[in-house]
Amino acid sequence: MVPLSWYVALGASLFVIGATGVLLRRNVLVVLMSLELMLNSVNINFVAFSRFLDDLGGQIFAIFVITVTACEVAVALAILVTVLRNRATLEVDEIAIMKG
Amino acid sequence: METAFFLLFAGMAVLSALVVVAARNPVHSALSLMVCFVQIAALFILLGSPFLAVIQIFVYVGAVMVLFLFVIMMLDVRKDVHVRFRTGGVPALIVLVLLGTEMLALLLGNGYIPALSAAAGEGVAGSVKELSLTLFTDYLLPFEVASVVLLVALIGAVVLARREAE
Repeated sequence: MVPLSWYVALGASLFVIGATGVLLRRNVLVVLMSLELMLNSVNINFVAFSRFLDDLGGQIFAIFVITVTACEVAVALAILVTVLRNRATLEVDEIAIMKG
Repeated sequence: METAFFLLFAGMAVLSALVVVAARNPVHSALSLMVCFVQIAALFILLGSPFLAVIQIFVYVGAVMVLFLFVIMMLDVRKDVHVRFRTGGVPALIVLVLLGTEMLALLLGNGYIPALSAAAGEGVAGSVKELSLTLFTDYLLPFEVASVVLLVALIGAVVLARREAE
């Protein structure tokens, strides 16, 4: 059987890769995709610990994470479409409307 | 056998995640993110939770990625393909390296995870029946709240993306 630490290592490496995308990429769409990657790496940890602790709570939490992620993507892409309609830019640094 | 499959799926997941971050074209990012999600679904099956694997494929590969691809299709994404990364990312890079080493140190330096790994049984996590019983008894309130969150997100997305009536 695959040891738990391998799953945790996989989750950690995917999280760091996703964080790299969120912090360093300029394209908003790729930033959102990297965010999805980070949430998914957390899900791997939840399910792995659920398996090794014999506790279903981890899987339930993974289901809720997936639900909230779907909501987040829908709202984020709606905001993105609205912003692009007014500003026509995809770069993270250029979108600073809230700053005034 | 299981180890070989784990290594295959994990390697593919990490590779496709790197492509997501490094690709110039957002469409390539989206497609390799889809590959990554499928690998993670396979890992869920290895972990004995087929229901979550199905949900992962339905929601992520089915819904979220289609949403992404639609938005990419609607927008002109070929504008800034030449500059992928932000300027002045050195502090962010330092933070990332710190984060990585911290996680590695936590993983290698604790005795909890290996002990848990050694003590693991066959696992009850497999059956959908158990999962649904837990979901609809212990976690009923969060379930209802999640449905309200979905409704709010639906309305919010429609209101936000709607064109203002002139």
